[in-house]
Amino acid sequence: MNYHWDWQFFFQEADDGLKYYEWVIAGLGWTTAVSLASLAVALLLGSVLGVMRTTPTRWLVAIGDTYVDLFRNIPLIVQLFLWFFVVPELVPDKIGIWMKQDLPYIVTAVVGLGLYTAARIAEQVKSGINALPRGQRFAGLALGFTEWQTYRYVRLPMAYRIVLPALTSESMNIFKNSAVTYAVGILELYFQYKQIIEKTSQVLEITIVVTMAYFMLAFVMNRMLAFVEKRTRVPGLISGTGGK
Amino acid sequence: MRKSLTALALSLSIAGLAAPAQAQAQLTGTLQKIKETGSITVGHRESSVPFSYLDADQKPVGYAMDLCAKVVDAVKSELKMPNLQVKYQAVTSQNRIPLMQNGTIDLECGSTTNSVARQQQVGFSVHYFITSVRMAVRKDSGIKDIGDLNGKPVATTTGTTSDALIKQNERGKHIDVKNIYGKDHADSFLMVESGRAAAFVMDDILLAGLIANSKNPSDFAIVGPSLRDEPYGVMVRKDDAPFKAVVDKTLIGLMKSGEAEKLYTKWFMNPIPPRNVNLNFPMSPALKAAFASPSDKGVE
Amino acid sequence: MSDFDFSVITANWHFLAEGLRYTLQVTVTAMIGGIIIGTLLALMRLSSIKPLQWFAAGYVNFFRSVPLVQVILAVFLILPLLLQFLTGKMIPIGAENSAYFTFTIFEAAYYSEIMRSGIQSVPRGQIGAGYALGFTYGQTMRLVVLPQAFRNMLPVLLTQTIVLFQDVSLVYAIGATDFFGAADKITQRDLRPVEMYTTVAVVYFVICFALSRLVKRLQARIAIIR
Repeated sequence: MNYHWDWQFFFQEADDGLKYYEWVIAGLGWTTAVSLASLAVALLLGSVLGVMRTTPTRWLVAIGDTYVDLFRNIPLIVQLFLWFFVVPELVPDKIGIWMKQDLPYIVTAVVGLGLYTAARIAEQVKSGINALPRGQRFAGLALGFTEWQTYRYVRLPMAYRIVLPALTSESMNIFKNSAVTYAVGILELYFQYKQIIEKTSQVLEITIVVTMAYFMLAFVMNRMLAFVEKRTRVPGLISGTGGK
Repeated sequence: MRKSLTALALSLSIAGLAAPAQAQAQLTGTLQKIKETGSITVGHRESSVPFSYLDADQKPVGYAMDLCAKVVDAVKSELKMPNLQVKYQAVTSQNRIPLMQNGTIDLECGSTTNSVARQQQVGFSVHYFITSVRMAVRKDSGIKDIGDLNGKPVATTTGTTSDALIKQNERGKHIDVKNIYGKDHADSFLMVESGRAAAFVMDDILLAGLIANSKNPSDFAIVGPSLRDEPYGVMVRKDDAPFKAVVDKTLIGLMKSGEAEKLYTKWFMNPIPPRNVNLNFPMSPALKAAFASPSDKGVE
Repeated sequence: MSDFDFSVITANWHFLAEGLRYTLQVTVTAMIGGIIIGTLLALMRLSSIKPLQWFAAGYVNFFRSVPLVQVILAVFLILPLLLQFLTGKMIPIGAENSAYFTFTIFEAAYYSEIMRSGIQSVPRGQIGAGYALGFTYGQTMRLVVLPQAFRNMLPVLLTQTIVLFQDVSLVYAIGATDFFGAADKITQRDLRPVEMYTTVAVVYFVICFALSRLVKRLQARIAIIR
């Protein structure tokens, strides 16, 4: 193989005065920022939607179900393009121009990735709540709790613990899916990967480094959630394996 | 799909028949590879108007594609393979060099600047075009010069040399612009058209092509002084002298015979597909000089 | 949006349909290849031979930790280098063919996890019963365990395939012309993003929604045998 290995290039200066390893670090920073922000959006919205889908109120269930159907059946990259290219053209001109010129791109990316992931979280939360015995809700109501209070004090604390392993894997997915946001102009890790390939053509070295960086992100996220899982384990239940 | 499979099967059988009959031991590099696989893969762009872009049927066409067709003809006669199969592979500014290095494409016919930095990784033919880097803006923006860009979002295509240019310029003139990256030239232009970016800094001829193809060409203008002049060459693999010789010989021949100028007129001075617009982009003195004395010296 | 121009879609319908066909071809190839490799990986993971377990676990964890879009690009650029190293010749592969390979090996990791829980859903006693009948390991798996595992997991396998169908859109990263890639190429040429991307979203939604409804029905009909 006439491949010329060269690890030194990471310490060479690129066009913008930064060194290539600094590009990698900058990319890592954006990946983490986009992922964590999207995760926050997804957890919040996903929980609300998941709860809505388990309520006795029909129209709430319908809204939740429609949302999940809509956002699960369109590829992520297409959703991101809709937010980036299509939505600004559909809203009134003034807002559209504001979205295009003043709104930081990361907001578009976080909205896109967050709303996409929310549909998945909503599924998990719903199945967590449905996995609880019906009696828990009745017991709460019998104690004089309102419907909302049965969620707040009885059902959700249990449901989250049940679905924590599933939420762990969604949280790891969000880091991987954040790579797609390069397509809407986020200078995250995958974007830098492509950039560095174009500038240096040292495909193998940069692939190894970037792959390891993604590994590391997945590993850190996994350990953190495993810790949460351990701390919140319900005594007496055979719960997860500590996040595998 | 079926058609291309048949073609593939056909070419494989032809290659199988031809190879033992006239095994030429002295062939090396790309020529050897073409001989062995019975096919040549031409890398093309998708929106480098009028060099290399997709027409109404999504087939790659353009000035560089026409020049490369002549090169392919020369390869056919050089290797005595009249039935050589020609494959096409779309490339972007990000992947064209790795794809050349890893053997996916044999010839890149687009709008690639021949620079000294790139010569460390790939080879270039003699130049078939000289471009100036300028910027496309919306006429109503009032932007006339690079100084007007201060604090504004400016689009550029990732991996191109104007990306480097704008960054150097930022430092030199103390201009602070917000860089926006398009995936391909059309993507970057779309940023200007939709109002996302104030300007798109790129080779002027590519800007002219994009403007001509837009919904309202009269909305846009190419402004500013040339940030620099850049020569385009056909990209080949590095240190592959025999193949480069075939490419250069063909191109120089076309330049000397006047055929290159005819092709220039066809693509730059006449209506072109897909919408029959005319770029009206006369030959520059720099290009005339390049045709008169062909060179493959890259820019710094 | 006053000027939604449908002619952009009608004029390019053939090209879009070609792209959709390629998307389906990649989906079906990667589904079949992925399930076969995935099943082998699952059997390795559940076997008593340590190195096989390690290999399967490593394979699955590797592909589940890296972004698909990165794998697509990396394979496209590295596979030819690898083949050149092995054969000493330059073998051009092309974006379209590279994607078939990438999706098969990538999806195998996901299918393997599904098949593993499928195999584990078959009661242990059945394996003993297989051996008692004089079956070899291979026969027990092939004739007793795998058919049930496959049947139990069919809805999950199909759901994963719908995800795969959507994920093929990422071949955009290497310029292959799948359904989304076709739409993107037309956008690049005609500068009509609103029409193209909206159409793409609607078509994906209709197909995936219909398929997921079918899977739901199937799920109701296939109760897990215990």
